[in-house]
Amino acid sequence: MKFSLSQHLAILLGEGGITSEQSAAHPPSLTIAINQWTTMAKIAKEAKLRLAGLWATQESDGFCVHAVFARQDQGYALVQSPLDSDSTAFPSMTSYYVAAARMERIIHDMFGLVPTDNPDQRPWLKHEHWPQQTFALRKEFSATADLARTEGVYPFIEAEGDGVYEIPVGPVHAGIIEPGHFRFLAVGEQILNLEERLGYVHKGIEKGMEGRDVFGAARLAARVSGDATVAHSWAFCRAAEQAAGIEVPPRALTIRAVLCERERMANHIGDIGAICNDASWVFMHMQCQRLREELARIHRRIFDHRLLMDCVVPGGIKDDTNIDDVQLLRIQTRNIADEMLGLYDTYENHTPIRERVIDSGTIKAIDAVSLGLLGYAGRSAEFDTDARRDAAYAPYDQYPPQVMVCRGGDVAARLWVRFQEIQESARLIEALLRDLPDGPIQTPWKIPRQTRCGFAVIESWRGEIALWLRLSQDNLIDRCYIRDPSMINWLSLELAAREVPVPDFPLNNKSFNCSYSGHDL
Amino acid sequence: MKIFRKIIRTGLITESLGYAEQDIEELGGRLSELVLHRFRGSLAIRMVDAGSCNGCELEIHATNNPFYDLERFGAHFVASPRHADLLLVTGPVTRNMETALKMTYDATPDPKLVVAIGECAACGGEFGCSYASLGKVSNIIPVDVVVHGCPPTPTDIIRGILAAVEADTT
Repeated sequence: MKFSLSQHLAILLGEGGITSEQSAAHPPSLTIAINQWTTMAKIAKEAKLRLAGLWATQESDGFCVHAVFARQDQGYALVQSPLDSDSTAFPSMTSYYVAAARMERIIHDMFGLVPTDNPDQRPWLKHEHWPQQTFALRKEFSATADLARTEGVYPFIEAEGDGVYEIPVGPVHAGIIEPGHFRFLAVGEQILNLEERLGYVHKGIEKGMEGRDVFGAARLAARVSGDATVAHSWAFCRAAEQAAGIEVPPRALTIRAVLCERERMANHIGDIGAICNDASWVFMHMQCQRLREELARIHRRIFDHRLLMDCVVPGGIKDDTNIDDVQLLRIQTRNIADEMLGLYDTYENHTPIRERVIDSGTIKAIDAVSLGLLGYAGRSAEFDTDARRDAAYAPYDQYPPQVMVCRGGDVAARLWVRFQEIQESARLIEALLRDLPDGPIQTPWKIPRQTRCGFAVIESWRGEIALWLRLSQDNLIDRCYIRDPSMINWLSLELAAREVPVPDFPLNNKSFNCSYSGHDL
Repeated sequence: MKIFRKIIRTGLITESLGYAEQDIEELGGRLSELVLHRFRGSLAIRMVDAGSCNGCELEIHATNNPFYDLERFGAHFVASPRHADLLLVTGPVTRNMETALKMTYDATPDPKLVVAIGECAACGGEFGCSYASLGKVSNIIPVDVVVHGCPPTPTDIIRGILAAVEADTT
């Protein structure tokens, strides 16, 4: 895990007249005064740092806001700022980082801390029927509190004028899909504006983490987003292992990476099929569904779970694999990658699908930068991030991935990146399994002697997951902040939808395929 | 031409179930018989995610893949509860989805069946009951059949649908 950005940011802040204090314990963290929070964001923005997360904690003497910034060649920098003990307001950084807007609204919802100067003061996860003064992540709030339902209205953005109409969609969508609400403003077939309303699957995951031991919390982390269960488990385990000072055996690290790459392949394959299905190309959908099922069946056979849930556990992995299993994985990975290569060729020469995906839902490169767009959504618009390379966590420090970046930013570009990443994942899996080290798969858990923090990132198939946690001295989770890539990438769908007619929206939505559950927590 | 070649080379995979899920053929036969007699050959299913992690949705999707091909038995997914005979509900019911789930249930014409899919829908799962989660589906709407598993396999899901149709005496 690379934290060299921390020093760099401290120097930049110093030049800007902000004194920062470097924490003594790992991971390195800068503490600044709260009245300099916005100036700090301005300096970070001017230095072209990406905002990777924004959250709050409750301390013994009041609240504290935290942010993490990233830069490709220097890794990550954590910054925190304690609020004055009687204060329940903090300065907003939304004017410098658009992606901060929703994260600040969540802090408002969960802690009751008001982001001053955030132009959008509407609640976000807390829907209109929540009682006003309930702040779930405050320590004095009981996780099992039974809340009364109240009445309220959520004011959506409205438009006036001849021929402008609203299309409300959801939360129950017309398909096998998670719930969320989309409010379209349209003229004829053309979308003028899309406003997302999320939070429907808010299950209280961050609150539910608190008070669990690491093993129980890892099970919850595996269910943040079921389609990225390996990546979320891994992110949690890495942060917890960092906090407890545990080294994971090399064999377990290699197998974790193999599972994560297989998960990437399965989801890319499934989504390529589903995107084509949304453009009525059933052939590709059926082929991809078949390949995805074949992956799932091998996972069931070797790892006892079709989606690989709970395979990554704190300290290592759950089950070892024998030599036959390794062989089976290598052969199947290669075969499926080869089939996808053939299907890519078919896709590229199939005019009806190309017509639908080219120039549909374009994200401009400049917007990708300003949002800090993650994963394939960013990489298909020239925004080059990949936590495997940027954070260089093991085993990717030894097996660096070739990061696929292209121009265009449309559905076709997102598809291209995903087709390429399937091949790259297959290459990595082959290399990792070829050199699979012998040895144990688990390090016994040891209880840290004092309160310790951990921060980890993992490149899931959707993009970078960032996770910060604090372990109390009795080995329980004190606070756990999870940032799924969808927290940022949902914003890009609102941008992309402005370019497309209503019937092409499902195609676009699927091409981003953001997680509702990972966002709502 | 390439597409045709690929289709021919892939062949019919639906029946060559090989090593996994041996019981699906028999299961399907019973399901299609019941669907034929009780639902005139067509069982309309509406899927509602009331708060799941998306794991169950992946497996419900898989029931439609060429290996399981749920549709060959006459069961198919529809876009509106108004068209549905049966609701498949996943997830612990979140506080924010409670109203939407009730409204979907009310919008489904009687007589209707409800199958709760997955550990969370069955008993609250890892999330349980909290300020944000109301736990199992039967806390909110009547449930006919519960399918355990985190997530249940496609075979288990098809078995759950069959159990609901079998138990249905309306």
